[in-house]
Amino acid sequence: MPLDVAMFECHPVNRPAAERRVAALAGRRTVKKLHQAAWLVNAIRLMDLTTLSGDDTAGRVHRLCAKARQPLAPRIMQDLGIEQMGLTVGAVCVYPTMVPHAVEALQGSGIPVASVATGFPTGLIPLHLRLAEIEWAVAQGAREIDIVITREHALRQNWQALHDEVRAMRDACGPAHLKAILATGDLKTFDNVYAASMVAMQAGADFIKTSTGKEDVNATLPVSLVMMRALRRYGGVTGHRVGFKPAGSMKQAKEALRWQILMKEELGRSWLEPDLLRFGASSMLGDIERQLEHHVTGRYAASHRHAAS
Amino acid sequence: MSIQMILKHMDYGPAPEDSAIVQGWLDAHETGFGHYIDGVFTAPGTLFDVQNPASGESIAQVTQGTSADVDAAVKAARQAQGAWAKLSGHERARHLYALARHVQQHSRFLAVLESMDNGKPIRETRDIDVPLVARHFYHHAGWAEIAADEFPDAEPHGVCGQVIPWNFPLLMLAWKIAPALAAGNTVVLKPAEYTPLTALAFAEICTEAGLPPGVVNLVTGDGATGAAIVGHGDIDKVAFTGSTGVGKTIRRQIAGSGKALTLELGGKSPFVVFADADLDAAVEGVVEAIWFNQGEVCCAGARILVAEAVASRFEALLKARMKALRVGEPLDKCTDIGAIVHPVQLERIRALVAEGVAQGAILHQGSAPEGCFYPPTLVTNVQTASVLSTEEIFGPVVTLSTFRTPTEAVELANNTRYGLAASVWSENVNLCLDIASQVKAGVVWINCTNVLDAGAGFGGYRESGFGREGGREGMMAYLRRPGPTGEAGDLPALQPTPGGGATGDAIDRTAKLFVGGQQVRPDSGYAYAVMGAKGSAGLAGLGNRKDIRNAVEAAGRATGWAGATGHNRAQVLYYLGENMSARAAEFAVRLERLGAKPAAAKAEVEAAVRRCFWYAAQADKFDGAVHQTKSAHVTLAMHEPLGVLGIVCPTEAPLLGFVSLVLPAIAMGNSVVVIPSQPHPLAATDFYQIIETSDVPAGVVNIVTGPRDELAKTLAGHDGIAGLWYVGGCSGIAMVEAESAGNLKQTWTEADGARDWMGAAGQGREFLHRATQVKNIWVPYGV
Repeated sequence: MPLDVAMFECHPVNRPAAERRVAALAGRRTVKKLHQAAWLVNAIRLMDLTTLSGDDTAGRVHRLCAKARQPLAPRIMQDLGIEQMGLTVGAVCVYPTMVPHAVEALQGSGIPVASVATGFPTGLIPLHLRLAEIEWAVAQGAREIDIVITREHALRQNWQALHDEVRAMRDACGPAHLKAILATGDLKTFDNVYAASMVAMQAGADFIKTSTGKEDVNATLPVSLVMMRALRRYGGVTGHRVGFKPAGSMKQAKEALRWQILMKEELGRSWLEPDLLRFGASSMLGDIERQLEHHVTGRYAASHRHAAS
Repeated sequence: MSIQMILKHMDYGPAPEDSAIVQGWLDAHETGFGHYIDGVFTAPGTLFDVQNPASGESIAQVTQGTSADVDAAVKAARQAQGAWAKLSGHERARHLYALARHVQQHSRFLAVLESMDNGKPIRETRDIDVPLVARHFYHHAGWAEIAADEFPDAEPHGVCGQVIPWNFPLLMLAWKIAPALAAGNTVVLKPAEYTPLTALAFAEICTEAGLPPGVVNLVTGDGATGAAIVGHGDIDKVAFTGSTGVGKTIRRQIAGSGKALTLELGGKSPFVVFADADLDAAVEGVVEAIWFNQGEVCCAGARILVAEAVASRFEALLKARMKALRVGEPLDKCTDIGAIVHPVQLERIRALVAEGVAQGAILHQGSAPEGCFYPPTLVTNVQTASVLSTEEIFGPVVTLSTFRTPTEAVELANNTRYGLAASVWSENVNLCLDIASQVKAGVVWINCTNVLDAGAGFGGYRESGFGREGGREGMMAYLRRPGPTGEAGDLPALQPTPGGGATGDAIDRTAKLFVGGQQVRPDSGYAYAVMGAKGSAGLAGLGNRKDIRNAVEAAGRATGWAGATGHNRAQVLYYLGENMSARAAEFAVRLERLGAKPAAAKAEVEAAVRRCFWYAAQADKFDGAVHQTKSAHVTLAMHEPLGVLGIVCPTEAPLLGFVSLVLPAIAMGNSVVVIPSQPHPLAATDFYQIIETSDVPAGVVNIVTGPRDELAKTLAGHDGIAGLWYVGGCSGIAMVEAESAGNLKQTWTEADGARDWMGAAGQGREFLHRATQVKNIWVPYGV
């Protein structure tokens, strides 16, 4: 849709209230025992298993993809009674040049490859190069593209420029899904986060995503709350469902629970599916696997006994 | 149940809090609890059942307190009080600190027990009630330590009788006991009959923490037990939290007894949402306001007022949010709304809602399980006259109506006889503070609600009671300044007939009443003789109830005065002093004719002029405070005038007594209706000429002469009067205090003749505190 500033300019976000909401929710909802195990299994389905490091290699990516195919040790799957469900992560997320390795390693698994693009993580390269990067990654087999927005546009409230840019990237993605990384740690204010979320959705983003993982502050629950409320409002007005991806700094299984709970409370059950919710994380899977092993054995687990990702 | 099945629905599943330890404690007391008197539990007496409202099962039996039990408890408190007050502040602080620590260490036990006893969710007892209890004792350990420095002229009342409600059983206990003990009082406290168990557990904690016997005494029982405590002859101060109805009964019951009283009563607090609010945040605010503690919250935002511009969007968001609330087992960690405290209360909620529906209200409800539960309920199409708009429901029921302008929002917000709290939602600080200043409430939350902290005062305006709990102002409710005491009788009836005697050679002067800036004749058309040292000193108007009515109306119209700056009011007060000084000789002559010796008359006039200057000086200096509460919150404690204040002057010092009471009242922004000295009103009626020439706005000071106690009774019974100062006879004190119960106006009573108006007792900050009430405004911030 074209830019519609009315959808966000009269929508202030009160930070203390947002912080109170997430703080209170921590005490209002929890999942225990078998339900906790199920919610953790679900978190695996929602995971964009990620490596975004300067020292990534084909070998590193292959190992990650193997873990993506088999995120839990077979014995744990068996004890959980889910060996038949074909559990995999939601996607594998890599830098563009790693896409071919990932595509190769995931062949036949049905697991999509997501590629960051557009001069990740800062995006400060010319637009035509950013668009070319998207097209290249898609050509290599990436089915999801995680773009970064130009923070300058948001900070200067140049919403039209931001809209045009994301729109162009959306077009460049072709059949691939576009996830718009807002880099909320750079935007700082919740008003900016809400506005940037709305502009990205109006420009055609399939997902909005908190962070590159490289900012000072990455995914937090309050900022996620603000983005979820933007999703809800956008859906209410347009009828389109846009997905949400918190990313960065999420390392623990209990964080996977808290984000799912927040999503369910703010948006409902149907948002707890991989087409609408993803976690951008790398080490969180290891903690989930340990917790699930504890669930089935009653003994606390050690990660060195699980397959590394 | 399998993981695959759970994945389908992604339900939360059960998350029960283990109650085995508390159950064991209850089992150990299955023969029933006695009272806690003088540091030990008495043998159980006549027992009654305490139910877990969620299950309907009896979980304990407690003793119905008799008057003999109350006697024993008061006796123990009295015996302990001297030694307790004599402890150094530091020693009392150590005791309160120990209580705080022990509460913390038993926090989960108390949280589980409270949930079982009251029906409120474990989430709230664990995350809100019990932490606030510990915080309250810590905070007041601090006050105990420094009270002698901070309140140098004050002393404890003595023995406090305290009666608390069932909605926050342990927290209300903490609010009552912590400040009382910090100030050096001892207490006899009655927990609510529905919810006595955490109080009994607290008694065990008192013993465990080494509190001296008799400092805290608990007597369980019903309203009769409470009445026995409140009415006990050896109680010095009464503190009650509960319904406005019972508060009024207590006010009448102890009228004239000399007992100090603070009341924290009901509310029907507005929740005002402006178009520029963060609506999602405001919706969550409603959850925290009325769907907190089953809506059994005196300060609950029970009337949503939303700007028409965003009303439909807000309503849709609110309905969606309501659907996500979980009502049920209080000990489940995912429960938002637990059980209603008792079937009687459930029935009351149902009856009120049914009545509202019969009046046309439309219900929107979530779901609730069978049993003593009530679903979260939003009510629309509700008018201001509806029972759902006027009555405190004490259930999870909130009304929603709209306003067009900020002016209308304030009008609707204040359209209630209560004044406990208000919540204001807007991102415009200009608007928020404007509304906060206009709304009649003791607590105003900006962009938040039900935020509580021991460091800030909590308490109401209007029929929500008087006195504050928490913070400096809360400590003041448990301290007294040694004041004058005495006995005084009634005044003789007035003779409004001719024949009082000639008044001398000067041109005859007619003293009139002074109402709304005008000299007016009394409605009665009668005058009474004023007798001086040498016979008649003149005639004064015989005011009656209609004159009082007119004066109160005039005072009520003088609304600009409260909004004037302290500097403006100071200028007027200085001007009063200046003009009085210019006519000092004339006032001295008047006082001489009324019976004063020349030197005394001169001294009284001079003192009156000095008093003008002293209160002029205070007019812009009697500051409020910024309380230390939570991080990233500004909590403003603002002194506000009561509104229209009635003042009944002492008979002696006819000029100085009048000035000493009127000036502090108007310096703080009140407008006043004054009954001057009945036998000697003419100095006060002379004073209206000073008022007329000193730029005092019309209606700020109104003077009605006549029969003191008859006029005082009209003032005391007038719902437009917010406070009444009465200096008079003992029977008049009892009458004024009893009559004041009608709208729970604040009273300050004193026996005529007890105070030396010429001396230091004739002025001071005490007068300014009495002339003001504290409004705490909470402003969280952060971008």
